[in-house]
Amino acid sequence: MAEPFAITLDVGSSLANRTGAWRTERPVYVDRLPPCNEACPAGENVQRWLYHAEEGAYEPAWRQLMEENPLPAVTGRVCYHPCETACNRGQLDEAVGISAVERFLGDQAIEHGWRVAAAAPSSGKRILVCGSGPSGLSAAYHLRRRGHAVTVREAAALPGGMMRYGIPAYRLPRDVLQAEIDRILALGVELQLGRTVTDVPAAMTAEGFDAVFLAVGAQIGRNAYIPAGDTAHVLDALSMLRSTADERPPLLGRRVVVYGGGNTAMDAARTARRLGATDAVVVYRRTRDRMPAQDAEVEEATAEGVRMKWLATVARADAGKLLLERMVLDERGFPQPTGEFEELLADALVLALGQEADLSLLQGVTDVTVAEGVVQVGPDMATGHPGVFAGGDMVSGERTATVAVGHGKRAARTIDAWLRGAAPAAAPPPPLAVFSLLNPWYYADAPKTVRPELDLVRRQSTFDEVVGGLDESNALFEARRCLSCGNCFECDNCFGVCPDNAVRKLGPGLRYQFDYDYCKGCGICVEECPCGAIVMEPERI
Amino acid sequence: MTSPPSADPPASREGVKFYQVGSFAAGNRLLDPALRTVQADERRANSLTSGHRACQGCGEALGARYTLDAVMRATGGQMVAVNATGCLEVFSTPFPETSWRVPWLHSLFGNAPAVATGVAAALRAQGRTDVRVVAQAGDGGTVDIGFGCLSGMFERNDDVLFVCYDNEAYMNTGVQRSSATPPAARTATTEAVGPQPGNPFGQGKNLPLLAIAHDIPYVATATVADLHDLEAKVERAMAVRGARYLHVLVPCPLGWGSAPRDTVRLARLAKETGLFPVLEAEHGEVVRVSRIRHRQPVEEYLRPQGRYAHLFTASGAPARPDLIGGLQRIADRNVRRFGLLDGGDDEDQGRGSGDRAPAGADPAGASPRSPTGAG
Repeated sequence: MAEPFAITLDVGSSLANRTGAWRTERPVYVDRLPPCNEACPAGENVQRWLYHAEEGAYEPAWRQLMEENPLPAVTGRVCYHPCETACNRGQLDEAVGISAVERFLGDQAIEHGWRVAAAAPSSGKRILVCGSGPSGLSAAYHLRRRGHAVTVREAAALPGGMMRYGIPAYRLPRDVLQAEIDRILALGVELQLGRTVTDVPAAMTAEGFDAVFLAVGAQIGRNAYIPAGDTAHVLDALSMLRSTADERPPLLGRRVVVYGGGNTAMDAARTARRLGATDAVVVYRRTRDRMPAQDAEVEEATAEGVRMKWLATVARADAGKLLLERMVLDERGFPQPTGEFEELLADALVLALGQEADLSLLQGVTDVTVAEGVVQVGPDMATGHPGVFAGGDMVSGERTATVAVGHGKRAARTIDAWLRGAAPAAAPPPPLAVFSLLNPWYYADAPKTVRPELDLVRRQSTFDEVVGGLDESNALFEARRCLSCGNCFECDNCFGVCPDNAVRKLGPGLRYQFDYDYCKGCGICVEECPCGAIVMEPERI
Repeated sequence: MTSPPSADPPASREGVKFYQVGSFAAGNRLLDPALRTVQADERRANSLTSGHRACQGCGEALGARYTLDAVMRATGGQMVAVNATGCLEVFSTPFPETSWRVPWLHSLFGNAPAVATGVAAALRAQGRTDVRVVAQAGDGGTVDIGFGCLSGMFERNDDVLFVCYDNEAYMNTGVQRSSATPPAARTATTEAVGPQPGNPFGQGKNLPLLAIAHDIPYVATATVADLHDLEAKVERAMAVRGARYLHVLVPCPLGWGSAPRDTVRLARLAKETGLFPVLEAEHGEVVRVSRIRHRQPVEEYLRPQGRYAHLFTASGAPARPDLIGGLQRIADRNVRRFGLLDGGDDEDQGRGSGDRAPAGADPAGASPRSPTGAG
């Protein structure tokens, strides 16, 4: 029989009509760099560990965190969280409380005794780490996980560096610090206490170390010339904090003046309050907005009764009193003396004017450059001397524990590559996930969980921790406030909003795929993607 | 993927406390599968499948798939769809192809409600109570040409869900005005010329309110911007028998002169400005309205649309503040009339709790001569 007349054709599916041919632009899934990851000095993949924490998978979250940072319970407490400053959620309601979740994960790990295994088989290489502060410990951890034998040599009686001798216990309880150090040592890192390295090249050759990582910190308080009477009580903030940490607190008297405007000044003033000072005054020669101390530190200090005296310098110290000179800011913002003086009663003057590194261990090492009191290193933390690397407070950069952890990690990566004779592989970072790429409509409003703070009266007299932690329910809440900027988190929106069914859902963890046979390139998926993980690209014709 | 061990309330769409996007996006890996939308399910019916000839970014194609997939889930696949003439029919069934993966009938432009009534009657005669009937049409087939048949279907309380996909003009035939076209909008028959450019103020009709006035069991409005809301309404509609009416706002990039990517965004703005009130009524009384979450001035909704281009200068500044003000007054009236801003303390409670009972006006007594409140 002949072909039927047209009107009797069998029904066919419109799937025969490949509407993808209409397209002039195509949607493409991308992964972008979240601002929190970009801002993290330790190079954490913040968004990724929050992703695990969002589903209550705290151990996988902690393991992801430990890939970059071996001290999460420490940094979760003392880090100034530039991640939160960068967080896009801050433009919506409030930044995600990343450091609070980090601390929660760190504390969970200590509570449950989670451990990481040394990842790589033994390399047969030996590395000396000088200093057991955050950058030394970080380097030791990452090198040990790469299979190297690591010896950490520490001059003090206990490990931790500034984490133990600089940061007061009310910000970082010592049992937390010790637990994280113990976990690193349990990987098989050798710790030698009370031993100082005096000659780096000699230590390498005499003891057969293949590489050295220097992380001795900046332990010397910077001095300023202040005319002082014989009986004036002047001491520097670092030694005050150190002896307090050693449980030999100095006698300060009832009225204590701290001279300086950095975080150490805040630590010293708050410690003085806890040691019994009824009056703790911070004297700073510029103004609040020019103070290098972190806002949170200043706020907490003020809340504890620390007073601030702006635009003043200490001109002279005598027994029981100080002479202050009033300053004014010139048009460039520099303080200039006015010639006006006033007296301030003070039983002790604590100098918190900055710190310097003791670089005597590098004497005679001619190919290591020192400039402005710090060791010069490249972005890979290498000095000019082959096999000698340096990081932490003894190199230039911001002097915080988290920066030091990042230095240690970076140095470990370089040392490992150097020992293996390879160049460290670093992929260029993907483009930044800025707020304007997000579709904030889809995010429900949810303000940040406020951590409980110790009763003000109590924290003025004890060294108990000031800021409380999250518990399981609010840690989950906080983690779920993450917007997942720039990276698909499988919300199904693209799959739902396509008018042409041209998105394939590949299943949990596998995300989605475009079916370009039918995608007409309307771009609704791009517009309606909450986290900005889809872009339109011109179709090549 | 582990399920969240939090203190989340048990599976219920009302009051899901999920602060990332579980409340507003189609789905989410952390959300109980029962709380995700039908559209988030890879096994969804895809009632209107790929290869259809709708324009890029077609709101009607989206609305039709959302609605029929939800009906398919609610009825376990036991449904038949009757389609009026219009874009939806033309782009989905050019001979001999069809995009429909559901039993589907088409007769004339104006008789879809009557055909649906007949299908329901035939099923009843065969004792098939399990198969449910849905009729669907654009605003032309509903508000103008099919209105007589539809009103009859309503007053006889025939067991049909009638869905109007409202894109506010006759798009298929070249963007002519319908009685659902809003004031000031340019169409081929209401040109942007003269002292009162575009569609005149004070004309047209509000079909949701007319349907409510028939005292039928269920009437609801929805947009393609809120999938959870639309699907919940379809589910409620399929849970009752008798005449039901669902009015879905579906932006049309071609007729509205908007970018194809903005389809969902414009539907969202229509609701968030108050121009398109999203509500539910049972037996002649409004029982719930969707609260405005982030209120926007009508300009934000009008500016991206070419059909309102004559209201703005080339740089986007208002050129006709009088006409924009007229549209703003319509939005303000809707907000007042339906209580679209009331109960503002529950904004962060997630999906569902933003829906609430209205302030108490009796809309059945309100003037029907007001498409989305004009007049």
